[in-house]
Amino acid sequence: MSSENRLGALWPFRLEKRPAPSSAMRLASPLIAALAMLITGLIVFTLLGKSPAEAFKVFFIEPVSSSYGIGELLLKATPLTLCALGLALGFKSNVWNIGAEGQLTIGAITGGGVALFLGDSLGHFALPVMLIAGALGGMLWASIPAFLRTRFHTNEILVSLMLVYIAQLLLGYLVHGPWRDPHGYNFPQSKAFAENATLPLLIEGARVNLAYLIALVLALLSWFFSSRSFAGYRMLVAGLAPAAAAYAGFSEKRNIWLALMIGGGAAGLAGLAEVAGPIGQLQPVISPGYGFAAIIVAFVGRLHPIGIVLSALLMSLLYLGGENAQLSLQLPSSITGLFQGTLLFYLLAADLFITFRLRRVVHAAPAVLAN
Amino acid sequence: MDLAHLIPILVSTVIAATPLIYAALGELVTERAGVLNLGVEGMMLIGAVSAFVVGIKTGSLLLGFAAAMAAATAVSLLFAFLTLSLQTNQVATGLALTLFGIGLSAFVGRGYAGMPIERVPKLDVPGLSDLPVIGPLLFSYDALVYLSLGLFAAVSWFLYRTHAGLRMRATGESPSVAHAIGEPVIAIRYLAVMFGGAMAGVAGAYLSTALTPMWVEGMSSGRGWIALALVVFGTWKPLRVMLGAYLFGGVTVMQLYAQGFGIDVPSEFLSMLPYAATIVVLVLICRDPKTILLNQPASLGKSFHPDA
Repeated sequence: MSSENRLGALWPFRLEKRPAPSSAMRLASPLIAALAMLITGLIVFTLLGKSPAEAFKVFFIEPVSSSYGIGELLLKATPLTLCALGLALGFKSNVWNIGAEGQLTIGAITGGGVALFLGDSLGHFALPVMLIAGALGGMLWASIPAFLRTRFHTNEILVSLMLVYIAQLLLGYLVHGPWRDPHGYNFPQSKAFAENATLPLLIEGARVNLAYLIALVLALLSWFFSSRSFAGYRMLVAGLAPAAAAYAGFSEKRNIWLALMIGGGAAGLAGLAEVAGPIGQLQPVISPGYGFAAIIVAFVGRLHPIGIVLSALLMSLLYLGGENAQLSLQLPSSITGLFQGTLLFYLLAADLFITFRLRRVVHAAPAVLAN
Repeated sequence: MDLAHLIPILVSTVIAATPLIYAALGELVTERAGVLNLGVEGMMLIGAVSAFVVGIKTGSLLLGFAAAMAAATAVSLLFAFLTLSLQTNQVATGLALTLFGIGLSAFVGRGYAGMPIERVPKLDVPGLSDLPVIGPLLFSYDALVYLSLGLFAAVSWFLYRTHAGLRMRATGESPSVAHAIGEPVIAIRYLAVMFGGAMAGVAGAYLSTALTPMWVEGMSSGRGWIALALVVFGTWKPLRVMLGAYLFGGVTVMQLYAQGFGIDVPSEFLSMLPYAATIVVLVLICRDPKTILLNQPASLGKSFHPDA
């Protein structure tokens, strides 16, 4: 106890549980986190010898000051939104799928495979079939942790993560080996997808494509699913009160399967959207870690569809800002990853004040007996 | 396969297992105190880049390892502050630590990729190292390999033979009971997390200065996660965790030697082996829920607040 008293003299506040979680704080916390990240970022820029005002302009203003830039913002937000929507449903029900990056990669392989081998014969149906194949591929990959968790009680965190490395190696094998473009000057990449196997663009002169609209529709569906459907309610209960869910007879296995299938399907779609969109072919690397960044997007978006759509835009801006900072300030683009991690740290810390508040403590004079 | 082929394979196995031993034994101590730190991968990367950069700047690998331990401990302290003092979710915070570590290490290591660094020297034991078979098999390693055995002995002794170890295990099994009998639960957990951080730092430093003496972004390539799996595989017992690390070292090395033996499988599939093996061993261990129930620290991953 004496250590607490000594601390008390230095820091005359203590954490006190709120009578009820603060819903205002729940909404304010991501904004506080984003602001804290911004301030940290400006300090880092200053330490690196760059003018903070200039850096702010390069990082947050320039990338979105043209219609092409806005298009890029939405383009990069597409896989982030898709993956985060799927992950959020899982996180809500205590299913920790952190292998979205792998499910994204498999979705690109299955959807891309359709484009490469059936694209000509499918004609106008190529894209719909690719979208379905991409989603199914992601689901297939996510079914492995789902099966192992429900059948063998294997932790889905580690399994889904290991499968990321396996998926990336599989893609590497395909584009270095059997799927390599024979006329591609030995580059490890597939043939470019044909016109009918490429997602149509939304805005003239920008690269954002149909997949962003699909992501928005899915956000709407996911909102409906989690707030209006019984299956969504069961998942919510499973996350908030597992014992109550079991008592009510909600099947844990069904929840796990549902969470991983939705997460895998959405991530698979995201992977397909990358290769049938801005990339236009299969390559060894098709994502700068969208599947992992989506974990942050899901949390910053409060696991809520609208929040996710917005936080995906913020995260997308961090990617664009990082690229722009590399070009015009000679800063490493890895600064994006640093900001992403910092953002999540700040969010988790700020979330404390949803359930706790700071109270000033007034210490009584120590009793004589205590000595 | 004769002895002349087998010896280099066994030697490489021991070397490949060494970073896993450090990271997994560190995480074992953390988890025994009831804290699940999923940030091992991130802490390893921070250790790897710190050892490399400091090693190059100062020319001293010893300082490099010290920096790796200090840096990884510092970020583990951040994790401890968030999860123990601010009661954040351990899974989410651990993931954040890994993502942060990947970003921070890439940022710090910019410009160092591809630079050469002097490898951690092998210890030559006069006389012994020159013995046939025994010499290369037992006396051809760097100091870190021998220290990893010492670490295993120290962790085992601490956990099972000391009063402090008992108090720490009690904290992991039932923090509320430990608190009720006057144990400083939060302080014990802070120390356990910091120990895990320091060991992950050593593991990372070993990657960038001994295993493959160079810095590459994301060079731990999942070893931090494999270390986490090893703790489960070893059912939270030091000896089993260490044997598991050697097993995995063997799997990692197999991919390098398989082609030498005329096994004609594309290299990508061989590289999948450690990850696939991780999944397989997890299934084997978790198949019977009792194995986990009986061995996993009862409060693992749960926040503890003295007032609650």
